[in-house]
Amino acid sequence: MPEHEAGGSLATPAHEVRDFLRRRREQIAQRWADEPLFRTVFTASRDEAVEAGKAVVDALARVADAQQVEDPDAAGFSAVREQLARMGAARSRAGLSNTQVSSELAALWPPAENLLVAESDQASPEELRAWSTTLSVLLGTLRLVAMQTALSETQSLIDRQRLQLLEVATPVIKLWDGIVAVPLIGTLDSARSQVVMETLLNAVVDQHARFAILDITGVPTVDSLVAQHLMKTVAAARLMGAECVVSGIRPAIAQTMVHLGLDLGTVKTRASLADALGHCLHELGTNIVNAAPDGAGRR
Amino acid sequence: MHTAAGVEARLPIRSDMDLVWVRQHVRQAAAQLGFGLVDQTKLVTAASELARNTLVHGGGGLMEATHVRAGGAEGLRLSFSDSGPGIPDLERALSDGYTSGGGLGMGLGGSRRLVHDFEVESTPGSGTTVRVTSWATRPPRQRGAV
Repeated sequence: MPEHEAGGSLATPAHEVRDFLRRRREQIAQRWADEPLFRTVFTASRDEAVEAGKAVVDALARVADAQQVEDPDAAGFSAVREQLARMGAARSRAGLSNTQVSSELAALWPPAENLLVAESDQASPEELRAWSTTLSVLLGTLRLVAMQTALSETQSLIDRQRLQLLEVATPVIKLWDGIVAVPLIGTLDSARSQVVMETLLNAVVDQHARFAILDITGVPTVDSLVAQHLMKTVAAARLMGAECVVSGIRPAIAQTMVHLGLDLGTVKTRASLADALGHCLHELGTNIVNAAPDGAGRR
Repeated sequence: MHTAAGVEARLPIRSDMDLVWVRQHVRQAAAQLGFGLVDQTKLVTAASELARNTLVHGGGGLMEATHVRAGGAEGLRLSFSDSGPGIPDLERALSDGYTSGGGLGMGLGGSRRLVHDFEVESTPGSGTTVRVTSWATRPPRQRGAV
């Protein structure tokens, strides 16, 4: 480096890299603005991409200043964490995998490295190697920070979806006057079965239902806990004056329940929702007859 | 050689979400080994019961799935282990209707009827391991000559 001081042994590679980053801030940001990571995220204007690049360079310089090139938790990164998260999220939305985003981050190294080599023609090979390694480690840490941020974003997304899943609307469908049906779908754990029971009981009141059909076609596994939840729901509905019919018991599930020793006891069961509806209509005294074949009906 | 990828696994059992994962893995592994729909459902249901026992009574643990072979038949062995309080009276725990956790009391005894081999090892104070094995009744697809 041109203005390399005589007592250079005091300056650590990290501080050399810091000085390099500060000196070449503008050029590095300009070159990064042309890389896919910045170019495709900051589409409004090139200046915007350059500014974002400068923010990252500044953060890297601060981390190098604090001699924390290997520490992803370095305070210097905190200023760009949010920006990195937005960039990562934008690339994910564009359909890139985390690995692809990571290699786009890796692509930030060569332009910076080229600048470092170009201006260090007077440095000894050992010095240059030390600086180059430090810069590489620093950018590797940046990659780690970006990936950490992406992972914590993913985790919070999963947490949100878990909550959503719990509240997946459990629709109560009115099939006929006095007959409601609840199609149960997915895993019936304690939390969800509580939601199902509440929705069903409210519907029994609102719709003046005398019959409630619980259809378990969409429940993949009926174990003793699921059976227990079903029986509790049926018992509660019965207390409110509604008779429950459980439908949609597939052959494999029926055999499994028998082996497991599960007995739904007094609960009425039917193979399909149609059978269950037929049963309820019959109990209500409603008869459905096919129209006469020769079109002799009304019309 | 039949591939074991996607069959063998070690899954932690620490929450209700992990139970979902256990069921899905067992279903998929059993399907891959050529289990019929009924046998798949039985094994998944047994796994669900045993994994819940591991979670509720054992305070969490681990399920290990292993691909086993005997006489040209393909099987799936599931091992549920925890380091919980153990089962003091195994005879009673295996009988239908006995429960210590407010359930129906069908879990342990019921799952024994859902699988071909069933083994419990329990040391009071240091944990429980339940090993179950089921065999595919029909040979898996794409099997070469034996």
